[in-house]
Amino acid sequence: MIPMLASFAPPYWLSTVIKVLVVGAVVPTTALILGVVFLFKIMSWMQSRLGPQEAGPRGLLQLLADGVKFIQKEDIAPNGADLWVFKAAPLVVLSSTLLLYVALPASAHLVVENLDVGVFYVLAISSLSVIGVLMAGWASANKYSLMGALRAAGQLIAYELPMVLAVMGVVIQAGTLSLNGIVFAQNGGAIFGWTGIGNPYILTQFIGFFIFIAAVQAELTQPPFDMPVAESEIVSGYQVEYTGFRFLIFFLAEFATAFVFAGIAAVMFLGGWAVPWLSANSDWYYVLGPAVLFAKVMLVSFIIFWVRFTYPRLREDQLQSFAWKFLIPLALVNIVATAILKVVF
Amino acid sequence: MTAVSDPSQLSDLVAEATDTRVNLDFESEGMTLNMGPQHPATHGTLRIVAKLDGEQVISAEPICGYMHRGYEKIVEVRSYPQINALINRIDWLGSFANEVPFILAAEKLMGVEAPPRAQWIRTILFEMSRVANISLFLGDFGLQLGGMTAGFYAFRDREHVLNMIESATGGRFHPNFDRIGGLKDDLPKGWIADSHVAMDKLLAFCDEMEDLLVGNEIFQSRTRGIGVIPADIALNYGLSGANLRASGVDWDLRRDGCPPGLVYDQADWKVWTHPDGDCFARTWVRLQETREAAKIVKQLLDTIPAGPVMAKVPRIIKVPEGEAYVATENPLGEMGYYIVSKGELVPFRVKIRSASFNNISIVPWVARGAYVPDLISILGSLYFILGDIDR
Repeated sequence: MIPMLASFAPPYWLSTVIKVLVVGAVVPTTALILGVVFLFKIMSWMQSRLGPQEAGPRGLLQLLADGVKFIQKEDIAPNGADLWVFKAAPLVVLSSTLLLYVALPASAHLVVENLDVGVFYVLAISSLSVIGVLMAGWASANKYSLMGALRAAGQLIAYELPMVLAVMGVVIQAGTLSLNGIVFAQNGGAIFGWTGIGNPYILTQFIGFFIFIAAVQAELTQPPFDMPVAESEIVSGYQVEYTGFRFLIFFLAEFATAFVFAGIAAVMFLGGWAVPWLSANSDWYYVLGPAVLFAKVMLVSFIIFWVRFTYPRLREDQLQSFAWKFLIPLALVNIVATAILKVVF
Repeated sequence: MTAVSDPSQLSDLVAEATDTRVNLDFESEGMTLNMGPQHPATHGTLRIVAKLDGEQVISAEPICGYMHRGYEKIVEVRSYPQINALINRIDWLGSFANEVPFILAAEKLMGVEAPPRAQWIRTILFEMSRVANISLFLGDFGLQLGGMTAGFYAFRDREHVLNMIESATGGRFHPNFDRIGGLKDDLPKGWIADSHVAMDKLLAFCDEMEDLLVGNEIFQSRTRGIGVIPADIALNYGLSGANLRASGVDWDLRRDGCPPGLVYDQADWKVWTHPDGDCFARTWVRLQETREAAKIVKQLLDTIPAGPVMAKVPRIIKVPEGEAYVATENPLGEMGYYIVSKGELVPFRVKIRSASFNNISIVPWVARGAYVPDLISILGSLYFILGDIDR
């Protein structure tokens, strides 16, 4: 079966249809998986409660039931809302998520578009969601929404920079901007000549990994950086006026983005879809690659959600000073050190 | 304290001092943000009208009364045992503590005293309701600041105390157990040993909270130096309880004005104060207070005297003519009942002094110049309960 997969070369129209279908199916599925596994199960396990138990076996279908409930709800827009913008905002946020999935490789060939500038593309597209958030906040005609959107905009812009700088170390070390190229570099790398486990960049770029995860946390507006949607302060911020399936789209986008960012972290720091003892050129990765990537994504997601369930929330100005006074200088030092070591070794 | 005797001059001085905390260099049109009556940070139906400049609070005015239930009026047509069931609902998280000052005031008027065993059990249940109340505060304050898990841990461990209160009184939240002249019942079998275990669990919970929340760096950066209330301001606004002790005023009614009928002098315990007066100090003082309360309970459990739990009182209670005021140190602060009796089945007038009403009166002063997220820290750390504000 594997040679058959390897030699499968559909015509352009068919491959395009398959790609669209795959992305359209993967986005809600991954959001569902993260939602059920982490938001429901792991969270209730950490908080010493049971979590949903009734819908489906062990309550695993609860999120599906919630989704159906959301779709049934009335589509309400507040009085005085800018209707057109109000309705478009969730779609803008979701489109940013969908476009992110385009570049995430599940193996050397199982990728929607194998971009040579994959890292650049991912970082650029991920900031698109700010526009949607600002649209939502402004068009809702609600003070809490507006404050949430302004906080989100300030926060997402502040955290683009450390994220870009954190990734630079990996790019310098791999010598490529292609996500697949980074996986190949890690798989074929060596630690001081020892090729036992390749060279996963988390060993050398652990500072970059830490900064990247912190920035992802801020990008996803999760605690300790969840001021834009702070429930106890501004009652969910820019989402406050959204009900029904429009809220569902925000929810899907949030969790699907968490998944794709965990995937990018896995690709750049944990060796992506490859395992150390199997050459990245092997055809086995047609089936093995997605499974390996999924396992690593769950690992990174666990860290992200663990922090989310544990820490209290910072204040907006504390977050800004954390980004500008701590993360960015640290990332710059990391880049300089990486560049020097790259030349030395 | 300043040597200003004229109150209006003093309030001008205070306003001037607070003005310096508001940055007026960058003036904008401002925005009025209406928080509540339905807002997660208001624990129910308090409403805060905040005038903002950006995210900075220029003025914040608490508006209460959305949950006014008219207790002071309704008790004028209820007999004393009936009142006892009603006033459980004032501070609903530490219900038993609401009954005690009322019963003590009525006892004072009637000239009866509960037997020693009843006094002991009364004090134990009083402190248990304090533990139940404040342990929930610790979790809830974490929840306010975004730390979800602390809230669930608090609900989990409060259950141990509630179980003990329930097994002794039959009611988890509203025991209605205190009677004029003693208690409704004696303790059930095995209750003392079980309570020891429950208090040990609560002490472990305090340690856990200190690790998870109070020691957390983010928590400290959100609370340290936020909402500072100096001691003289706190006294002027009539703050009481942990809010006052967190400003460095060493005053606790359990030690400094304990009414007869409670046996705090039989236990070895300490009143904690904190010099800072900020949100962190208030949390920290409450954390220590929970520990002290658990220790008081454990000590008193070992020394309960034998004997009856009810003194001789008439079957139909008529309180003789007179006036009495008794205040105790409740979980939220000083709570007192001023009873005026005309010698009938019902009191002529009852004035309820509840702690939260005074405690939130400082919000306009302390919120000036704070940011909206800090407003949440301040409200959370002042720790009010809506039933205690509106009655």
